[in-house]
Amino acid sequence: MIVAERKKIPELLDIVKEHQKLLVLGCGTCVTVCLAGGEREVGIISSALRIASRLQGVDLAVEELTIERQCDNVFIEQAADAVERNDAVLSLGCGAGVQAIAERYHNKPVYAGLNTTFIGILEEQGIWTEKCTACGACILHEYGGICPVTRCAKHMLNGPCGGSREDRCEVRPDVPCAWQLIYARLKEIGQLEKLHRIVPPKDWSRSLDGGQRVIIRQDHRI
Amino acid sequence: MERVAFEPRVLAFCCHYCAYAAADLAGTMRIQYPANVRIIRTPCTGRLETEFLIKAFETGADGVLVAGCLEGGCHYTSGNLYARRRVQYMRDMLAEMGLEKERLRMVNISAAMARPLSDAITDMVETVRKLGPSPVTRNGHKSKPTESRIEPSNAHPQSAI
Repeated sequence: MIVAERKKIPELLDIVKEHQKLLVLGCGTCVTVCLAGGEREVGIISSALRIASRLQGVDLAVEELTIERQCDNVFIEQAADAVERNDAVLSLGCGAGVQAIAERYHNKPVYAGLNTTFIGILEEQGIWTEKCTACGACILHEYGGICPVTRCAKHMLNGPCGGSREDRCEVRPDVPCAWQLIYARLKEIGQLEKLHRIVPPKDWSRSLDGGQRVIIRQDHRI
Repeated sequence: MERVAFEPRVLAFCCHYCAYAAADLAGTMRIQYPANVRIIRTPCTGRLETEFLIKAFETGADGVLVAGCLEGGCHYTSGNLYARRRVQYMRDMLAEMGLEKERLRMVNISAAMARPLSDAITDMVETVRKLGPSPVTRNGHKSKPTESRIEPSNAHPQSAI
């Protein structure tokens, strides 16, 4: 899922300072699961904005709404009346959600209330870790299901770098060395011979190169 | 213009198994504590959500006291430890919003600690009294009509004794 975290209240207040009526719009999907932009967080951030604005003598009315998915037009439509009633929208969706709302309601300012951080998983209660960089050309099959692009601080495809201490990364001692994990995993599944291959430089043209990436499935077009 | 003395409005979330029973015991023992406090019984302080705390401040509380079991003595094992983390999170958020952290406090009280509960409430009320009224509702802002407002009165059953 997409993992995000909330911006600090002073920053949010600064972002919305020129508006008097604000819709705080939550999303019921990824950001609900990562406890950043769901219905509960909409309530908390709205209350915080009301309190902070009163303390600063700013006149700000905040309305709360959470829709199922901000990145889906079917659900975005459900926010139409609330968007219309307000001067601006503070979206607690991920970056995709914010842009989808902005495209749909082109006459309203739409602001991001969260910092969209990474694609990851809930490691344990209250801890999320990054697992995928969305590089566009997955190589997980080569590395026992552990991504060196995301989890190695040096993004090495032919590791390890030699700097790890015990099983810890030398750049980030609080995280395990990805290459240690890859070695252990490949050994466990009997595929250590995969490490004998020298992997050529990765094709980054399918990643951040060339602007926005688009996938077109003609078989699903109507 | 006549100056009206400030009486803090303090909300106390008290765990059913400890602090709420301690408040009951305080009544039985004829121990008085300030009438400024309004007690809300909770099944466990672990039931407290961040929303409850922020709503209290938004709707006019000058201070909020969370009273849970002694650490290690939670009826549900660790609810009070979760509550402590949430209170800390909320204290940091209060600072973000521009409110004093001291307006929110957590104490650990057992069911037999009527006097310490009374002392904790008194100390909280005096702390808030020194801080002054919450600026959230001071500037003529009203809480929403649908939400209950905490009004200072002398009608608290324990303090009436």
